[in-house]
Amino acid sequence: MEHHDIPGTTIFDGDQARKGLALNRMCFSFNSAENREAFRRDEDAYCAKYGLTKEQREAVRERNVLKMLAVGGNVYYLAKLAGIFGLNVQDLGAQQTGMSVEEFKQKLVAAGRQ
Amino acid sequence: MANIIGGVATSHVPAIGKAIADKKQNDPYWKPFFSGFDFVHQWLQREKPDIAVFFYNDHGLNFFLDKMPTFAVGAADAYHNDDEGWGLPVARSFAGDAKFSWHLIETLVADEFDVTMCQDMLVDHAVAVPMQLMWPDAKEWPVRIVPVSVNTVQHPLPSAARCFKFGRSIGRAIESYPGNQRVLVVGTGGLSHQLDGERAGFINPEFDRLCMDKIAGDPEALTGYSSEELVELAGTQGVEFLNWIAMRGALTGHVTEAFRNYHIPISNTAAATMVFDHQPQPQRKAA
Repeated sequence: MEHHDIPGTTIFDGDQARKGLALNRMCFSFNSAENREAFRRDEDAYCAKYGLTKEQREAVRERNVLKMLAVGGNVYYLAKLAGIFGLNVQDLGAQQTGMSVEEFKQKLVAAGRQ
Repeated sequence: MANIIGGVATSHVPAIGKAIADKKQNDPYWKPFFSGFDFVHQWLQREKPDIAVFFYNDHGLNFFLDKMPTFAVGAADAYHNDDEGWGLPVARSFAGDAKFSWHLIETLVADEFDVTMCQDMLVDHAVAVPMQLMWPDAKEWPVRIVPVSVNTVQHPLPSAARCFKFGRSIGRAIESYPGNQRVLVVGTGGLSHQLDGERAGFINPEFDRLCMDKIAGDPEALTGYSSEELVELAGTQGVEFLNWIAMRGALTGHVTEAFRNYHIPISNTAAATMVFDHQPQPQRKAA
């Protein structure tokens, strides 16, 4: 669907949801500690089981959040994957904006002084 | 009939739950947010609600994108939290009030809100964190809850105007429930924040202030925004403000702002807490 263009922003609509279903379904499974452990043990097998596309598998292998979004990932689900790597949403924010985590945190603190 | 005693709106960032678990309430980073709850605690102690109706969004604990209801209402006598995958301790369970829930559902469907009815419903941090914030020392939760999930994740989202009317229907349902229960309505999430994309970290204090200034006395000023406008102004996750709008809709009478606290940042979020007093509309006398 066509949306009003908002820079640096993707609306998570039906197109994104269709594209991202396999990836998001895998991330949803990470609510279970057992599944997180299975992913850690054999990432390739786990991704194959959930039928990730080639692009989705690459984005996960590279731990690249912007690429995961481009292939339909939804950030609430990607955050569960990030948790496996010990990363929180500020780490994700830093990666997506090309900043260090400290710079990203400072940017938020600065927003409070507006 | 049951009484609506007022409303509370608060951010529900998972990191707040982590800070509670780690007892960081008085750390310099956290204190400006947590100290905003001193007023809320006094207010709740005075108002003593029996039931709390929560407008919130599920973040992939109970619902997945395979089946995503626009509005879903819990109809259970107990609700459980569970592992969400990002390291929050599991909160203790909450009592529900199935009979009261079914009355809300009956009224909503009669009002043409065709909701999803849930006899099993896990509630995530968007309910658990506000409960822990409102009653930090409670050995047992002092209220029964009704979780009402609003889709703020999968576009198309319900419009702000629709969320307001949906809340209004719940407000009328509460006020037509036999008994003298004291009912609190809670809206969780927001304010401005964006977790995803090159614009991650986006915060908009000007828009947040407008929302806080208008929501008590002039909510109609906020219900004209489209979902995309809300994304643009409040961020991709700032659209959780729809939960606040639904909560405000449930306050059917005269509403005044009793308290607000606004602090940037908590994690990636402009964090806000508000309390609203509610005076019911005078009942028309029977002729």
